Amino acid sequence: MSDPILEFDGVDIEYETRGGTAVHAVNDASFAIDEHDYFGLVGESGCGKSTIADAVVGGLDENGAVTGGEIRYKGTPIQDYSEKEFNKNIRWTEISFIPQSSMNSLDPVMKLSQQAIEMAKYHTDMSKDEAVERLRELFDVVGLSESRIHDYPHQFSGGMQQRAIIAFALFLQPSLIIADEPTTALDVIMQDQILDHINDLKDDWEISMLMITHDISVVFENCDSMAVMHGGQVAEAGDVVELFDHPRHPYAILLQNAFPDVRYPDRELAIIDGHPPQLREKPDFCTFADRCPWSTQECYDGAPDPRPVAGDEEHLAWCVRADEMEELAADHLRKPEEEHSILEESQ
Amino acid sequence: MSAEPPVLELRGLEKHFDTSTGFVDVIRDRLTGSDPSYVKAVDGVNMKLRENQVQGVIGESGCGKTTLLRTLIGLYEPTGGELLFHGQPTSEFTSDEWKEFRRQVGLVFQDPFNSLDPKFSVRRAVTEPLEIHGMDYELADIEEMLEMVGLTPAEKYLGRFPSQLSGGEKQRVAIARGLITEPDVILADEPASMLDVSTQAEILNLLNRLTDEFGVSMVYISHDLSTVSYICDRINVMYLGRVVENAPTMDLLSEPKHPYTQALIQSIPIPDPHYDRERAVIGGEPGDPINMPAGCRFKNRCPERMEVCDNKPADVTPEGMTDHSVACHLYYDHPLDESSTKRVEERPLTDGGCDRTGTLPHGSSVVPRGESK
Repeated sequence: MSDPILEFDGVDIEYETRGGTAVHAVNDASFAIDEHDYFGLVGESGCGKSTIADAVVGGLDENGAVTGGEIRYKGTPIQDYSEKEFNKNIRWTEISFIPQSSMNSLDPVMKLSQQAIEMAKYHTDMSKDEAVERLRELFDVVGLSESRIHDYPHQFSGGMQQRAIIAFALFLQPSLIIADEPTTALDVIMQDQILDHINDLKDDWEISMLMITHDISVVFENCDSMAVMHGGQVAEAGDVVELFDHPRHPYAILLQNAFPDVRYPDRELAIIDGHPPQLREKPDFCTFADRCPWSTQECYDGAPDPRPVAGDEEHLAWCVRADEMEELAADHLRKPEEEHSILEESQ
Repeated sequence: MSAEPPVLELRGLEKHFDTSTGFVDVIRDRLTGSDPSYVKAVDGVNMKLRENQVQGVIGESGCGKTTLLRTLIGLYEPTGGELLFHGQPTSEFTSDEWKEFRRQVGLVFQDPFNSLDPKFSVRRAVTEPLEIHGMDYELADIEEMLEMVGLTPAEKYLGRFPSQLSGGEKQRVAIARGLITEPDVILADEPASMLDVSTQAEILNLLNRLTDEFGVSMVYISHDLSTVSYICDRINVMYLGRVVENAPTMDLLSEPKHPYTQALIQSIPIPDPHYDRERAVIGGEPGDPINMPAGCRFKNRCPERMEVCDNKPADVTPEGMTDHSVACHLYYDHPLDESSTKRVEERPLTDGGCDRTGTLPHGSSVVPRGESK
């Protein structure tokens, strides 16, 4: 195992609201992304996953702030960096960002080449020609025609804009890319092509990635490790295969079964009742307890601590009953028989 | 197959939009003698929706699914073809019959956040269709309907406003509203796509149960094949205005015939890290619906491209299959000389859209769809 490139250590993030109250969007979040790892962060809307992404690059809204814990990038705490320090040390050069709506994140009145020149001007001492040349190379990497670097964003389709954004994300050879729902706005076929490109980067560019998505299947296919979030708390984190084979947090278990799998159209989908609590106060309980079919009084008596699953320190479940889940959720943990799959596996 | 006419039948339904934007365009077209260009959003779609059947329509954005749905409900006037409701063509409907048609066809929209009036309480939202159609009802009926869609206890929800409901609850209200007039058909436009996974599963299960309990038929439109497969008995795959494949769900998923369907299925991520998925080989994006290539509209992205693809493919049933239709030249013999069915040399994948001037094999006996009857 290599050293973590990004670490979250008991991080709290709050948004101040009018009237002096606050929304505790992220509470006591801990996970680590190893170097050259693709890390997936999954959860439903409002669980705090995008807030985490924003916090890493210092991009929280004005009323938001990291109020506790530490975010470490290559061992250095960065949560208290000023805007200037983020610009100088982190943004684009070390960590780049693929935002959720690529269609809105390119400057509509600037040629793509011009946008590359601008980025080069602020962060490097590259000349204009070098910047354009570099963009040309990157267009080739992401599968765009090199002749189109002088186009305006509106001349590109959604999928092409997303590719252009990926090219920009690679522009200054960052060590970590944060991708916030990189393919959500795209059609399946285009999504698949983009993910394929993102996957290729892992080998060719030696980068790490924090991929944020609500689509657990994208994480299972493309990531090495992952964390599941619910209501501002991390529910479970660990290796993708471990988490698939032995999920131990009730939310992680139910979420897997709620996801339609095209191989088994007859399978009953799991239902997760209710919705996460509003986080006006820092929750001193498990935020999933109200929705959990297996919750006990203990779940309300304090935020759960991480427990290693089956002695594996890399696989943690924030659930007081994690050790009992195998028995309690036996019905949900049974995987469909592979012979029942209606697709042929390619091997 | 029953002798009853299908609940809803589409015969070569077409909806073309004129792209001329105004007076000047019209004059210019007149002067230059050119035809106005059309967006062929729906171009000759055939479908038979039987009683108690759920049919899915899937395709990428811009393939015409939503236009199809709007044409079905009568929001757009079809520019060609016929739409029959219980065997009766809607083009001959009187305004009273239209009103009755709209009672019998319920709608569930994509976006529950915008499809409910924010100033209507749940009770008013659900009773409104009944009022419009002058149907008698009692409060108990409304409560029963709310409980049916899983809003229990109903009294708790009656007085609420959309802002007090979660996304899933809103969509339940929208479904209750669609079902309250006891329709024969429900038209659903991506009803689960705006919702979180956990809520999406609830809505899918609910729709599944309700179509069984109420015995209604449903047309379910979505871009997501994995959710469609949970609900639908039959799936229609749409590509640039045409249905390219139509088959029972299981057949379609396990033995997709059209190269486009195959690519769609191969592109779906599988939630299983042990599964080694073969990625689809097609490139590009759907072309421009204004200047569509002649013949098969998928040909510019198709890995199986042949010269004969410059002709419009007929709907055929592949050998050894029943109840499965596909519009692809691969699945029937062409009484042509061999040269025209041979594979075209490797072509660079383009973004599609441009009209390729391929050599049209003469003497082809392929009957274009829509003219075969």
